[in-house]
Amino acid sequence: MTKSIEVQQDASPIINRKAIKSYALQESAIVKWSLITISLLFLALFLILPLITIFVTALEKGWATYVASITHPDALAAIKLTLTVVLIVVPLNTIFGVAAAWVITKFNFKGRNLLITLIDLPFAVSPVIAGLIFILLFGAQGLFGEWLYQHDIRIVFALPGIILATIFVTFPFVARELIPLMQMQGVTEEEASMSLGASGFKTFWLVTLPNIKWGLLYGIILCNARTIGEFGAVSVVSGHIRGLTNTMPLHIEILYNEYQFTAAFAVASLMSILAIITIVIKNIIEWKAKEV
Amino acid sequence: MSIQVQNVSKNFGSFQALSDISIDIESGELIALLGPSGSGKTTLLRILAGLEGLDEGAILFDGQNITNVSPKERKIGFVFQHYALFRHMTVFDNVAYGLKVRPRKERPSKEEIAKKVNDLLALVKLDNLADRYPSQLSGGQRQRVALARALAVEPKVLLLDEPFGALDAKVRKELRRWLRKLHNEFHVTSIFVTHDQEEALDVANRIIVMNNGKIEQIGTPDEVYENPKSPFVYDFLGNVNLFKGRLHNGKLTQGQFEIDVPTYLDSHEEAVGYVRPHDIHIEKVQSNNETVAATIVHIHLLGPVVQIELKRDDIDEYLEAEVTKEHFNELGIKKGDVVYIRPKQLRVFIPEDFSI
Amino acid sequence: MELTLKKRKKKTIIPGFSLTLGYTMIYLSIIVLLPLSMIFFNTLSMSWSEFYETITHPRAVASYKLTLGTALAAGIINVVFGTIIAWVLIRYDFPGKKLVDGIVDLPFALPTAVAGIALATLYSPNGWIGQFFDFKIAYSPLGIIIALTFIGLPFVVRTVQPVLQNLSSEVEEASASLGANRVQTFLKVIFPELLPAMITGFSLAFARSLGEYGSIVFIAGNIPMKTEITPLIIMTKLEQYDYVGATAIATVMLVASFLFLFIINIIQWYTNRKFNQY
Repeated sequence: MTKSIEVQQDASPIINRKAIKSYALQESAIVKWSLITISLLFLALFLILPLITIFVTALEKGWATYVASITHPDALAAIKLTLTVVLIVVPLNTIFGVAAAWVITKFNFKGRNLLITLIDLPFAVSPVIAGLIFILLFGAQGLFGEWLYQHDIRIVFALPGIILATIFVTFPFVARELIPLMQMQGVTEEEASMSLGASGFKTFWLVTLPNIKWGLLYGIILCNARTIGEFGAVSVVSGHIRGLTNTMPLHIEILYNEYQFTAAFAVASLMSILAIITIVIKNIIEWKAKEV
Repeated sequence: MSIQVQNVSKNFGSFQALSDISIDIESGELIALLGPSGSGKTTLLRILAGLEGLDEGAILFDGQNITNVSPKERKIGFVFQHYALFRHMTVFDNVAYGLKVRPRKERPSKEEIAKKVNDLLALVKLDNLADRYPSQLSGGQRQRVALARALAVEPKVLLLDEPFGALDAKVRKELRRWLRKLHNEFHVTSIFVTHDQEEALDVANRIIVMNNGKIEQIGTPDEVYENPKSPFVYDFLGNVNLFKGRLHNGKLTQGQFEIDVPTYLDSHEEAVGYVRPHDIHIEKVQSNNETVAATIVHIHLLGPVVQIELKRDDIDEYLEAEVTKEHFNELGIKKGDVVYIRPKQLRVFIPEDFSI
Repeated sequence: MELTLKKRKKKTIIPGFSLTLGYTMIYLSIIVLLPLSMIFFNTLSMSWSEFYETITHPRAVASYKLTLGTALAAGIINVVFGTIIAWVLIRYDFPGKKLVDGIVDLPFALPTAVAGIALATLYSPNGWIGQFFDFKIAYSPLGIIIALTFIGLPFVVRTVQPVLQNLSSEVEEASASLGANRVQTFLKVIFPELLPAMITGFSLAFARSLGEYGSIVFIAGNIPMKTEITPLIIMTKLEQYDYVGATAIATVMLVASFLFLFIINIIQWYTNRKFNQY
């Protein structure tokens, strides 16, 4: 859906607005500063104040309580589970994203556009439904439920279910970043490499990968952020077993619903720090990518 | 290395890019594939490189059928139209790439690679830019990196796709001369694609003129320019005046013109005479009745050559003539003058044979 | 020519076609297509009356209205303010601009549950902001709109921004040289250029809002018939092990999202055609 936009993104260079002074070309100072004020107020109300709330509430009862909240065994178990999910989901979706982008941008075949649409599909599906479909497949009354029960394999309300639902939700991120980028780069550098005697694998490793590294990293960062924070889908398939199948967001929910606000916000503050780091890395990548 | 192209055809869907192409190229030749866009010249080059498959026919390198051999085993050097330099590698790494990706057994040592690359960079006069990235180079410099990169693998054949297409006029001229020099030194069989007739005439020692996926003519620059085999070649190489008339008893008549064409004694049909601008004879005073009166419409002074636009007095048609500055001064003509013209050399084609 | 280019690529020497296509299809089928098709298979196993009764239950209908209404409201708020923010970030210089530009991405990076509890606390009756109002913001539809505004904002800003960036200053200069004032230039020259991006941004935000769950459950209060969104109905049915009912509601949601995406694609196709004809 955003295809047209992404094409425009890498079009003409930035125009130096400072050079233009005339009022016919620029708004008066009053208009300018009111627009800036409106923007800042809006962002303050909706983004900045909530962020501040998290840290203030987390530290309300002092540093000791804060540390106690995030080192509670249940909190540590949640952190560990979330990390496990990240370590499995992000590499899987990265490999998929690169393979899908490769086939879509380096070849032309029937059904190519349909494939692009299908890859985007999870973005159009509510996270709750993303969880539900795996219940329908692997739950007790699901398609494979009986078989799984007989063989004593747990997917739903266990780690595999959490992983599957998270993969579904974060499925398109890497491919979406890579497709427009690789489309733009075309195939000539790969052809040049092959004509100089390189094998397919060497061509990918030495030519393609360095060319897409920033876009790839960008996609991984976005995929990673969503994997850590996914709530709806995981909430459906996890079963909320404390210390076992609670990821960090689910742990926050439980604490919040039990009115342990300080503890909830303490864990939330950890995730907010991760979010801020994500934004910083994202900006560094954008800056680096522009440099090349 | 000698190259044989045998009855090669290639379709893209319903579009026939190449139909039944056969060419013999001898070792050490410098060949231009000349034609308009869509004529199939780039497709042929890519097929030679193995970047494209073919539907029918065969490609032989030194008598060996390599039709199904992958590009990496063909020992070719390919220079891409927009250079296709690896943008994340320095000039040095670009040139070294082909050597570095060789399997360990065949790979030269680091020192050997460095020496080879530096020699090549010296050859293309880029030794002081080895650490630059492609984005920091000018078009001409990129082109030379692309050449050095292709030469590094010691190709038996050098294939160049519109090698000077993206460069400005002055750099183009320089690189043309340089490519010819390089070829004289290395004697590697080279084939380049171009749509610029001047480039082909200037650089190549043989030209293959292509149109609509077919070969129109193969010959030395002199042959194809002086003795075109088809109206297309006439038209594509240089300017030409058309005399559309009727053949009758070995004469082509058009307006008041009656020109002898002894080769068509028995033909009685519509025909077109092709005359190069410099083959139009101009005189101020009518010397015989073979000439026709025309009015000078415009005079272009282009250094040593003078282009004269004329309007025929007998029929409503325009002509272009070319004379040397010297001859122009002797004639002492100016805009608005009436002069008498006749073609010194003319070639007749009958339209049915050659539908353009 | 289009066709020939397509065919040309087909016989390319670039390796890995079958490998990557095969892998992509298998992964896609296992993770997305097979699971998603379960919704429709399970729906087909229901009787029509059973299905109809479930999806037209008053509680469900109220949730559709709420979900659509709040998503629409948040989408409109985001289009207006998101465009202003994009404008300010591209056209003006002010201290801290880089920081502001970065913070716009916060909703993409911050887990929805974290955003949910933060917004609920902030806008609750005794929260920092909520205390200034004598009506409820959190635990009312207003709270849902606030959560959805949070979620959707970067979609609009990040789609409008590049378009604004690449807008050629020449057309603005041409407009000014022909005697238009700034407002006329904006309305007649700049706005039509931005409109397709604004529609895209709106639709991305709206589509996301339709399915949003994490940020809403904390701030909505989840009172049946009043502040219960459709994803929550699915959740509630699942907790009661009513898989059939959950599937039926999910079908409605999926069909609605696909229909919406389809309509948006048509609108985009139309606006692109209208504005990019030459």
